[in-house]
Amino acid sequence: MQEKTLYTITVFSENVVGVLNQITAILTRRQMNIETLSVSPSAIEDIHKFTITVFVETEEAMQKLVKQIDKRVDVLKAYYNIDEELVHQEIALYKIETAKLVATSNIEELVRKYNARILDVSDHSTIIQKTGHYAETQALFEELSESIGVLQFIRSGRIAITKSKVERLSDLLARRALIDLENP
Amino acid sequence: MEEVTTKTETTSKTKTTTLTGSEALIQSLMYEGVDTLFGYPGGAIMPVFDALYSKKDTMKHILVRHEQGAVHAAQGYARVSKKVGVALVTSGPGATNAITGITDAMMDSTPMVVISGQVNSALLGTDAFQEADVIGVSLPVTKWAYQIRRPEDIAWAVSRAFYIAASGRPGPVILDITKDAQIKTCEYSYEKTTSIRSYRPQPVPCIEKIEEAAKLINQAKKPFALIGQGVILGNAEKELIAFLEKAQIPFAWTILGLSAVPTSHPLNCGMLGMHGNVGPNIKTNECDVLIAIGMRFDDRVTGDLNTYAKQAKVIHFDIDRAEMDKNVKATVKVLGDAKRTLPLITALLEENSHPEWLEEFRKCDVKEYDCIIKDELFSETGPIKMGEVVHRVTEATGNKAICVTDVGQNQMMATRYFKFTESRSVVTSGGLGTMGFGLPAAMGAQYGAPDRMVCAFVGDGGLQMTIQELGTIMEYKIPVKIILLNNNFLGMVRQWQELFFEERYSETKMHNPDFMKIADAYEIKGKKVVNREDLDGAIAEMIEHDGAYLLEVEVEAKGMVYPMVPSGGCVSNIILGNGHSL
Repeated sequence: MQEKTLYTITVFSENVVGVLNQITAILTRRQMNIETLSVSPSAIEDIHKFTITVFVETEEAMQKLVKQIDKRVDVLKAYYNIDEELVHQEIALYKIETAKLVATSNIEELVRKYNARILDVSDHSTIIQKTGHYAETQALFEELSESIGVLQFIRSGRIAITKSKVERLSDLLARRALIDLENP
Repeated sequence: MEEVTTKTETTSKTKTTTLTGSEALIQSLMYEGVDTLFGYPGGAIMPVFDALYSKKDTMKHILVRHEQGAVHAAQGYARVSKKVGVALVTSGPGATNAITGITDAMMDSTPMVVISGQVNSALLGTDAFQEADVIGVSLPVTKWAYQIRRPEDIAWAVSRAFYIAASGRPGPVILDITKDAQIKTCEYSYEKTTSIRSYRPQPVPCIEKIEEAAKLINQAKKPFALIGQGVILGNAEKELIAFLEKAQIPFAWTILGLSAVPTSHPLNCGMLGMHGNVGPNIKTNECDVLIAIGMRFDDRVTGDLNTYAKQAKVIHFDIDRAEMDKNVKATVKVLGDAKRTLPLITALLEENSHPEWLEEFRKCDVKEYDCIIKDELFSETGPIKMGEVVHRVTEATGNKAICVTDVGQNQMMATRYFKFTESRSVVTSGGLGTMGFGLPAAMGAQYGAPDRMVCAFVGDGGLQMTIQELGTIMEYKIPVKIILLNNNFLGMVRQWQELFFEERYSETKMHNPDFMKIADAYEIKGKKVVNREDLDGAIAEMIEHDGAYLLEVEVEAKGMVYPMVPSGGCVSNIILGNGHSL
């Protein structure tokens, strides 16, 4: 099988019921699996932003997929990027047994090495937070698992911003409005 | 800027009145110019049917016999009339019965609005009686699907639905309306939607692309145009003819592009695809510039993509960006409505002609006539052939009728041999290949074109999938001419079994009822023809009869549709059958 590339799809949509369903239907039909998913309101009121990562074999397949998403009536714009074109981030939370954490000698070293933060401490457990790329949050998970043990672990979907100067959505909408004025 | 980001659509408003949701729905349909609905009542849509009762004089409702029939009828109506077809069904099974037709309309870009009832909003998600997740089920097969839970949203949603269904690349929309939204009252006014922020149905043609395309065509020695339904949907038939004639470009049509130009046009080279004509298939792999207009390179047209038109520069005209490079990579992609792009490119074309190139198609036509058509249409002995029936019917109607087909051999024979003199004269299930489509689609087509004759070619298999619509035809006296090509087989599957499954005829032989008794029971005049000498007389009787008619013709049981490009095969390796070779 061909080596798959991880692509990040960004979708701007109207804030209506069922957009995710429409997007996943397009992915499911092509037997594509969502790696990570993050949805939130965008900078513009009533427009939501989806950040989805998927492994896809060819860029051609990716282009076709994004065109199908872009075609949906409720979608304002959809595009895709590879990792090199993005600044991206995930956030992970780790729940550790407090007693075991205290018993180890290297809490400070661990926190410094991974640039992690401690969010909450109670008698029984401590919550550590780490932001970073997948590999970074995974590395901390593995180290904690081996040394102390992790009670619970959760990682968010990816959020991403393009490095290059791409047209902002607000500018795109303004440009479209201008085109409409010129082409009644 | 502020204006742009907050305003999501453009509309123009009517005065406000107080109405129930159901009244608001009917009123909104009237504002959209709807005067014909195909539907079937049920619990969750009863308030709408009640509102319809008061509007009987202006809003004609056709009570079908199964919801699938309502949707196919709405499709047939839309395809011939340029209007949006409308179907009205109840919740749960009513809506799920509509799904096949909705999917068919999605595949064939048919503008349609399906309105389904839904359980009370308070019951949503409780597995209430006749509750189905209609939006969830229909999302992948609709252009837009929306659930209305408040009467206040009805005008807005209907206005949007019609705009979305008809604009850009048309398609089906479903509006799922909860029963309480139908009953409650609201302040009502109607605003017609003219734009939606997130939706760009009319791409602005790019002049550079048109110039590039014109240059390729002007330099071409062997240009070949492929005409799809996009031309018909865009009402660009005249623009197409001007384009083709200026540079004298030979063309062929896809099954849904049929009738965009009169069949007799001197540049017409026939039909593309698996059972299309020899010339169009072979010459696809010999042309130097392939010009696709409003077609989507379906696998039944292209066969094996790895050997498809590899020698040619491909120009693709389409309104749908997602069709560009989907199946065939285009050298030049011209995005836009054919109505706008074709005149722009025609203006840049040099007057030209390609008589020798066109002659090559004509040589293929002679070969096809000698090896296939002569025998199919003009046999004097042996059982009646399917093609022969189609040929005699089209001649008898002066090639002026609307040709509706079911799916299978009847469809291929009808689309191969029916002839057209005006556009929007073929209604067939191209993309989805829905058996059972023909009869209800013919009813809808008759309402969409009441002054034209509608001839529906069906097989014995497909007819029985929606045969209950004979009841609708009886009740409303719909004067459709039904031509049943009866071979007592699921003919196309049988053909494949003969060719590719070592003649193992698994489950394709049919023990059929007496169709004349059925026609009689439904008060439909009919005649069964077994002998060739009775055929012309029966056809004449069918055409002269004022009303519906079922003409059953017992055709050759083992009839084959040739030529044929086997599934996934190379278009230039088209099979002529009967021991003939190219």
